[in-house]
Amino acid sequence: MQKVYGSAAEALDGLLSDGMLIAAGGFGLCGIPELLIDAIVESGVRDLTVASNNAGVDGFGLGKLLDTRQIRKMMSSYVGENKEFMRQYLGGELELEFNPQGTLAERMRAGGAGIPGFYTRTGAGTVIAEGKEVKRFAGPDGREEDYILERGIFADLSIVKAWKADETGNAVFRKTARNFNPPAAMCGRVCVMEVEEIVPVGSLDPDHVHLPGIYVHRLIQGRHEKRIEQRTTRARTDQAAAAAGEEV
Amino acid sequence: MPWTRDQMAQRAAQELEDGMYVNLGIGIPTLVANYTGDKDITLQSENGMLGMGPFPYEGEEDADLINAGKQTITELPKTAYFDSATSFGMIRGGKIAAAILGAMEVAENGDLANWMIPGKLVKGMGGAMDLVAGVGRVIVVMDHQNKAGESKVLRSCTLPLTGAGVVDRIITNLGVLDVVEGGLRIVELADGVSEQQMRDATEATIV
Repeated sequence: MQKVYGSAAEALDGLLSDGMLIAAGGFGLCGIPELLIDAIVESGVRDLTVASNNAGVDGFGLGKLLDTRQIRKMMSSYVGENKEFMRQYLGGELELEFNPQGTLAERMRAGGAGIPGFYTRTGAGTVIAEGKEVKRFAGPDGREEDYILERGIFADLSIVKAWKADETGNAVFRKTARNFNPPAAMCGRVCVMEVEEIVPVGSLDPDHVHLPGIYVHRLIQGRHEKRIEQRTTRARTDQAAAAAGEEV
Repeated sequence: MPWTRDQMAQRAAQELEDGMYVNLGIGIPTLVANYTGDKDITLQSENGMLGMGPFPYEGEEDADLINAGKQTITELPKTAYFDSATSFGMIRGGKIAAAILGAMEVAENGDLANWMIPGKLVKGMGGAMDLVAGVGRVIVVMDHQNKAGESKVLRSCTLPLTGAGVVDRIITNLGVLDVVEGGLRIVELADGVSEQQMRDATEATIV
């Protein structure tokens, strides 16, 4: 089966429909599927529900899909970096379902692993637990506590970004750009992945594959802007301290 | 004299023991990394990293290498990367020995509120609810009172909770308090702070 496509638009052809649920990888602007997001903007598909830890920033990442009002609902853990998001949310134009970050990641992983629900201690006794089934279990430390039922996410489409993949979709991520990409990839009925480089089959060490190609249905290669959200540095004068092995 | 931000961070660093895996929140907790001395502490960043290094030198920033506050950082020889589901698996699984984090309110029963103020802009809880529910020990570092001079150490929280009954120890500019049966116990007072000053500044029951 040919998985490699020529462009993001070609890779998404036939997969988009109004009102669908899309799971997107990325944390902040790190490891986001920026090329696929651009192509979804171009497609004009509407009323999307997007499960993504964050909602991009104004004018970049998922922020572009907010600017065009193509998103009806976000499932996220943190959305603080986006003014347009807040404007639409406070104006009642955009629905928001807050998920604790680990619950969101596990909901994706569980969905991808065929698990429709699981119990977690996260959020027990908070607003997150409202309307959810509560059950007592002994946890990892042996203490009996309240756990709440959370649902696995089964997405119509996953859009993710990796560093490299071979032509069968075996993928390798780079540093903290891995984040939500593997669980997001797993939970979609169809997964489209963008990478910085497609490499020939056989050139990746099979022991070093982070996400097996079984989860990846369509693949594109492209150039990424990889914007940095918070550029933080230390002064060069700290070099001596760093060389001495001290944490600065 | 009540403790400064750096003295609070320094005091919080004493909570950490050699070999611990630790998650530090944003603000004063981030400063704790400056005071761990010779102890072998491994910092977790919940976006998928163990062994978080310092900020990079200018020109060496890497868009693929950030911490949970979305700041550019560096890796260490012992660093390991993983996905978000694995990251929160180790958090909920109790593998992370301690989390040090800031708070808006803490109650005498260990309730913690640090993610939303009703009527104000809500940005989200991020990974805070998972951390306080899952790590071995939750240590709060914060100012004892808010800007209006009201106690942030309360009988019960007024704000929506991040976690119920999750806090083990509170380190403020006035000293150190433990959550115990029936209320809070004074563990330590900042230099020059009297027990009466601590009691006067605290709404919660001190046992």
